[in-house]
Amino acid sequence: MIEMIKVSKWFASFQALKEVDLAVGRGEKVVVCGPSGSGKSTLIRLVNRLEAHQEGRVIVDGVELTDDPRAIDTVRREVGMVFQSFNLFPHLTVLENLTLAPVWVKRVPRKEAEETAMHFLARVRIPEQAAKYPSQLSGGQQQRVAIARALCMRPKLMLFDEPTSALDPEMIKEVLDVMVELAREGMTMMVVTHEMGFAKTVADRVVFMDGGRVVEAAPPAEFFGAPKTDRARLFLSQVLGH
Amino acid sequence: MRWLRENFFGGWASGVFTLLLILILWKALPPFIDWAFLDAVWRPDPKACRAGEGACWGFIAEKHRFILFGTYPYELHWRPAIATVLLIGLWIFSAFRVFWKWWLSIVWLVGLTLIGILMWGGIFGMRYVENERWGGMILTLLLTTFGLAFAFPLSILLALGRRSDMPVIRALCVGYIELIRGVPLISLLFMASVMLPLFLPSGVTIDKLLRAQIAMILFAAAYLAEVVRGGLQAIPQGQYDAAHALALPYWRRTCLIILPQALRISVPPLVNTFIGFFKDTSLVLIIGLFDLLSTIKISLQDRTWTGFGVEAYLFASLVYFAFCFAMSRYSRSFERK
Amino acid sequence: MGRHPGKAKRLAYQAAAIAVALGVAWFFVSNTIANLEERKIASGFGFLGREAGFEIGESFFLRYGAADSYGRALLVGLTNTLAVALIGIVLATCLGTAIGLARLARNFLLRSFAAAYVEFMRNVPLLVQLFFWYAVVTEGMPGPREALSPLPGVFLSNRGIFFPTLSSVPELQGFNFVGGMVLTPEFAALLIGLATYTAAFIAEIVRAGILAVDRGQGEAAHALGLSRPQTMRLVVLPQALRVIVPPMTSQYLNLTKNSSLAVAIGYPDLVSIANTSMNQTGQAIEGIAIIMAVYLTISLSISAFMNWYNAHVAFK
Repeated sequence: MIEMIKVSKWFASFQALKEVDLAVGRGEKVVVCGPSGSGKSTLIRLVNRLEAHQEGRVIVDGVELTDDPRAIDTVRREVGMVFQSFNLFPHLTVLENLTLAPVWVKRVPRKEAEETAMHFLARVRIPEQAAKYPSQLSGGQQQRVAIARALCMRPKLMLFDEPTSALDPEMIKEVLDVMVELAREGMTMMVVTHEMGFAKTVADRVVFMDGGRVVEAAPPAEFFGAPKTDRARLFLSQVLGH
Repeated sequence: MRWLRENFFGGWASGVFTLLLILILWKALPPFIDWAFLDAVWRPDPKACRAGEGACWGFIAEKHRFILFGTYPYELHWRPAIATVLLIGLWIFSAFRVFWKWWLSIVWLVGLTLIGILMWGGIFGMRYVENERWGGMILTLLLTTFGLAFAFPLSILLALGRRSDMPVIRALCVGYIELIRGVPLISLLFMASVMLPLFLPSGVTIDKLLRAQIAMILFAAAYLAEVVRGGLQAIPQGQYDAAHALALPYWRRTCLIILPQALRISVPPLVNTFIGFFKDTSLVLIIGLFDLLSTIKISLQDRTWTGFGVEAYLFASLVYFAFCFAMSRYSRSFERK
Repeated sequence: MGRHPGKAKRLAYQAAAIAVALGVAWFFVSNTIANLEERKIASGFGFLGREAGFEIGESFFLRYGAADSYGRALLVGLTNTLAVALIGIVLATCLGTAIGLARLARNFLLRSFAAAYVEFMRNVPLLVQLFFWYAVVTEGMPGPREALSPLPGVFLSNRGIFFPTLSSVPELQGFNFVGGMVLTPEFAALLIGLATYTAAFIAEIVRAGILAVDRGQGEAAHALGLSRPQTMRLVVLPQALRVIVPPMTSQYLNLTKNSSLAVAIGYPDLVSIANTSMNQTGQAIEGIAIIMAVYLTISLSISAFMNWYNAHVAFK
């Protein structure tokens, strides 16, 4: 589904990613973790071209990402993204947030888009909020709306960039529950997160990054049980400590 | 290469714009260069100018003394020339933050006195020149300088007064500010020019330059007051709380703690207002003072040189642009720090 | 120690302020009355009913002749001011928005052109620009006999710009055009000058408004597959408007006030006609009072609208 081959990225003179190789298969759930500044957010943003790589190759569902706007367009239609700060459109209602892209990008008729939207709102368990504005919802509800918004485009792959980091603790669970359900239904997912419980439950593979490189990649049992590198061990002790 | 592609041909619309703009440049730039430089007449010869196809910069060459110095006596032009350089020098000197010490005001006082002596004369063997004969560049600069010098402290008082919890003071300040900001500058200039003599006891006269200067000061004070008010509002409430907690009396805490911070925050919008004010001095032309724009316009009325308005106003634009652009670059350098 | 420790002091300050204000006002008023009497200048607004005796170069909505009253003359001035202000606002908004968007474009040439435009227009005084455009329109345009005609029925000459209306088409008769609708050189210069000048400021406001919208909004829109124009139109601009409207209305007010510079190029706006009236009747105080009252009304109305907008439309 995703193939990254020797990908490097610089921000001016700072190298954020150093020859990263990564592959995510169809239906696979990959959790990317690591200390801040390790490049995990940058990595995930390469997949839908919110950031551009300078070296290496990024191929998503058979389409190679280059400067070609058509390739980028094609990829973006098939990839959904959920952000740390939700990024819901404050001037639109929840329903309008969900129908905006299907109507304007996929040219789905409005009626059909609204039906799809209500369906996914029910899936994330907040159908009654359809007419409200994002500012009227709690953080957890907003993030669930964001997930529903991404799902309305019926993506083949879902990217999550620290989806629960901006939430109050009591709301983290409701969002993670939705993500777990999504995973169980077979969605291909790439998740950047600090929630190790989620990783243990759902991930097929955990990828640990540090300093722009992939340091370790292994199934959760192996990663959490017997980390191979010192840096991974250090990280785990810090994260799992509390 | 990649930068070129992205910035010039990023999408099909972008490519169209690039081609369109290059076409416009191609068609407009060569004729303009011909007109402004190659075919232009630089000699102060009206016949050659009219015969020629290009711009008549000779007009500026011929009239430049009048444009810069107005009706100041011809043989004494060295005095306003030095005064102008001195005044510009004072401004540039004050731009360096290193020099923002208490003695800066003394430097200004000395400088302005020197300028006054040069312009008026009457002592040291220099002939007296009444201020009705001042004009051109020095008039524009003096109006700006004195306007801002008096308006700025007044504006601080107005801004503080607007935030006062004494209703009468607040009402007076708000009323003043809204009144001045709601009417065009020209009506204030008319008011000063025509009504001020009526306000004073009969027999007391007040000369035209002073009338205009007063109007400009009152005008600038209202606009600067709003900028200072913005700065006062931008200070976190914690600063006010801390100042109160130190039990300092009102003026002490305002001058030592609140104002320095408010003014530091306000420097960019303050400089923008200064730039606007410098441009606004051009309006004194309408009430008959001979600032830089006025002298340029009057030069055009010379029979031998009519019809070169475009050149004249392009020249005026360049001069004002030079000053204002320098000031706006300066203000931007502040935002970066 | 109470909350207002110096209550007596505060009352004293305010009483002193009122006393000073009243004292100064009394000083001015009594001098004025004495001076007016001395110079035998009339007072009051009675002059508004008297015959004006001067012609007005152009009038948009009202008919006016030299035999009409001063009051009517001023009314014509007011409509002339409003006409040039309203059309100027529309033109400035369109041009300014386009340039503001151009400053954010990816195309380097477009960005640079727009930036150069904004820098130049903002650093040259409006009066200089008005004189420049007036010189272009009077010196740069050919005479009626050699008038330029970019479109059928439209003629550009140094006597003005002629348009066909629904009922008549301009035709060259002798030395000038007859028929159709004419934009005098004065109006054209004022309009072009005001619109191009204000557009530069509006461009900066639009740009700042768009930049004020959180980057994440654009990213979310792109992640959903929306194109750049769609993102701008559906997501960014609606949110930018909230930041744009207050300073924008302030610029509209500036444009209206700046139209008073018409007196310098001979367009008969309110200030211009009031000036003529003041010169003829000698009643400067009433004239200036009328000018200030009209402009104050306009600015207070716009402020009131702004407050209404902030309270009701701006979303929480």
